[in-house]
Amino acid sequence: MPPQQALTPSAGPPPRDVVAAIRGVSKVYSLGGHEVKALDNVSIDFRQGDYVAIMGSSGSGKSTLLNVLGCLDRPTTGQYYLAGQDVAVMDDETLSRIRGRYLGFIFQSYNLIQQLSVVENIEVPLSYQRPPMPGGRERCLKLAELVGLSKRLGHRPTELSGGQQQRVAIARALVNNPHVILADEPTGNLDTATSHEIMDLLDALNKAGRTIVMVTHENDIAQRARRIVRLRDGRIESVAEVHREVLPVAGLTSSVKPG
Amino acid sequence: MKFLQQLRLGFRSLLLHKLRSALAVLGILIGVTAVIWLVAMGEGVSYQAQQQIKDLGATSIIVRSIKPAEESSRSDSNARMGISYGLLREDFERIITNVPTIGRAVPMREISREVRHREQFIDGMVIACTPEYFGMNRLKIARGRAISAVDMTSYANVVVLAHEAAVKLFPIEDPLGRAVQIGQEFYVIIGVAAERSAAAAIGGSLDARQYDRDVYIPLTTFRVRIGDRVFTSRAGSFQLETVELTQITAIVDDMKEVDSTADIIRVLLQRYHKVVDYAIVVPKELLEQAETMRAMFNVLLLLIAGISLLVGGIGIMNIMLATVTERTREIGIRRALGATKGEIVQQFLWETVVLSGTGGLLGVLFGFLCGPTVNAVRFAVRTSLPEVWAALPPNIRNLEPRLAPWSIIAAFAISVGVGIVFGIYPARRAANMDPIEALRHE
Repeated sequence: MPPQQALTPSAGPPPRDVVAAIRGVSKVYSLGGHEVKALDNVSIDFRQGDYVAIMGSSGSGKSTLLNVLGCLDRPTTGQYYLAGQDVAVMDDETLSRIRGRYLGFIFQSYNLIQQLSVVENIEVPLSYQRPPMPGGRERCLKLAELVGLSKRLGHRPTELSGGQQQRVAIARALVNNPHVILADEPTGNLDTATSHEIMDLLDALNKAGRTIVMVTHENDIAQRARRIVRLRDGRIESVAEVHREVLPVAGLTSSVKPG
Repeated sequence: MKFLQQLRLGFRSLLLHKLRSALAVLGILIGVTAVIWLVAMGEGVSYQAQQQIKDLGATSIIVRSIKPAEESSRSDSNARMGISYGLLREDFERIITNVPTIGRAVPMREISREVRHREQFIDGMVIACTPEYFGMNRLKIARGRAISAVDMTSYANVVVLAHEAAVKLFPIEDPLGRAVQIGQEFYVIIGVAAERSAAAAIGGSLDARQYDRDVYIPLTTFRVRIGDRVFTSRAGSFQLETVELTQITAIVDDMKEVDSTADIIRVLLQRYHKVVDYAIVVPKELLEQAETMRAMFNVLLLLIAGISLLVGGIGIMNIMLATVTERTREIGIRRALGATKGEIVQQFLWETVVLSGTGGLLGVLFGFLCGPTVNAVRFAVRTSLPEVWAALPPNIRNLEPRLAPWSIIAAFAISVGVGIVFGIYPARRAANMDPIEALRHE
């Protein structure tokens, strides 16, 4: 697909295979009297199974874009279609429900809840599902196994290494069977070897059909994605396709396919 | 299930800061215990008063002679004759013949006299009464018999001693059949009354009526042996007083007629007495007054206890505000993972309710220790500070706290309520945080 097509999506609700789409989104903050445009008329489509790395220097608007995509922030103008609905106009409670239902979050600093054990951390998004998801506990155990932590279910986050904590976070991001996984510098706090382990896991998830949007400033991490979107001063500077071969990881495909 | 999960989560979060949580719990605990204890004490005191009044009988009307002020006395003769005042035998006749609602009425004359047996003597209270007096005052005879109708008609020199009087006059011997000297006369002891606790105040006096110095003789005997005219010594000078009856106790058949009957008696007496040398006491009214007093007392106690719970609540709010600030990051995480504002409010409210509820439960537990604690304190004072003990008024010495079930339920409910009220602000503060800011919080 040529980059231009991705830059200029058609108006109106996106086609069915587009799980998330932002159309002409701008975000304006007022800082000390004068206005700052963090995002300036940005439009991107994310299709089912997409794997996008968002890059850009600090202040380029990549965090704001991720916050908008994560329904943590509402655009000043423009539309954001998630699972076929325009969420830009929804109220706080509906946005919370949408986050819990359609999105999975992976953070740079893992953001696990310290007083909860590994399996309880994985379970947290399930407690906010309305209606409740059936078979929650088994799903958590399966995911803990998937990320290789089935022997540490009762441990507290402080008893785990950074890589292990990020694995817990990944399992947590998968537990609600999200439409899109949003990762904010997922390897930013990890050493190179561990970074590659985590990225292998994300690669495998994408291979299994997961849609992943990841913010990073590291080129080699970004190269793992299928597309790289570069932001500059709140605008999309370029969208580049990455061509590479990703080997499927045995055993992952079956259990984590989006349903 | 959801409920238990929330409860467990609340407990676990609070266990992270054991000392801090324990102090918050302590605040509520003290408040709840204070409510229960104070109410129990108040209930104990008012129960005592009520029992004393009830002993007088809720359907009875008591008319007592009162000595009027000097210049307005009924005395029409010269000063040497002394003064005469109070209820007359005629009054008694008028009351029982003219007031149909009265079932029974009992006249009584009492006078203070020395009662002597050899070297033993007491400053006794001679109660001259009819046989009905014993039944009406629920005065039980422990040994021997009460005054009978035959004693009345035969003007018999017989006496029934109150329990304490008998013990003092006859420390070793059996008093039955023996004689005691009252004034110039000797009386044969025919019976000893059972022990009895003090009754409520009658006729405006604040002191409870003590029965331990009473000796009972037939009313007819009193009239012939002692007479209506008696010398009393007051402030060193003797005075002659003529009093026919000290008290008339009337029992009304129907509880509802008590107030109207009292009014009829009042009107009846007013017609024949130029000065008000009598007082009408209606125990039912006393009971109602005691009830009002108790209600006021309880309001006061609840106010005090409410203040201590308020202080406890502020303590909880303080701690929850600190907790919320500390857990900003967790709040951000939960919000990102799908928690609505309402669910965050719920989570923190649960924690405060767990705090205050724990305090409440422990408080109730300590509340149950009220009785044993009072007993322990009483024992300690009695054994180690006997003078202090003796100086205490009997109401305090005999105080039995009574746990009021409503106070336990109310105290617990209020403690949970305090948790909710003082938890709302910190919880709302947590919920209203911007999730992005909260996630960035270190």
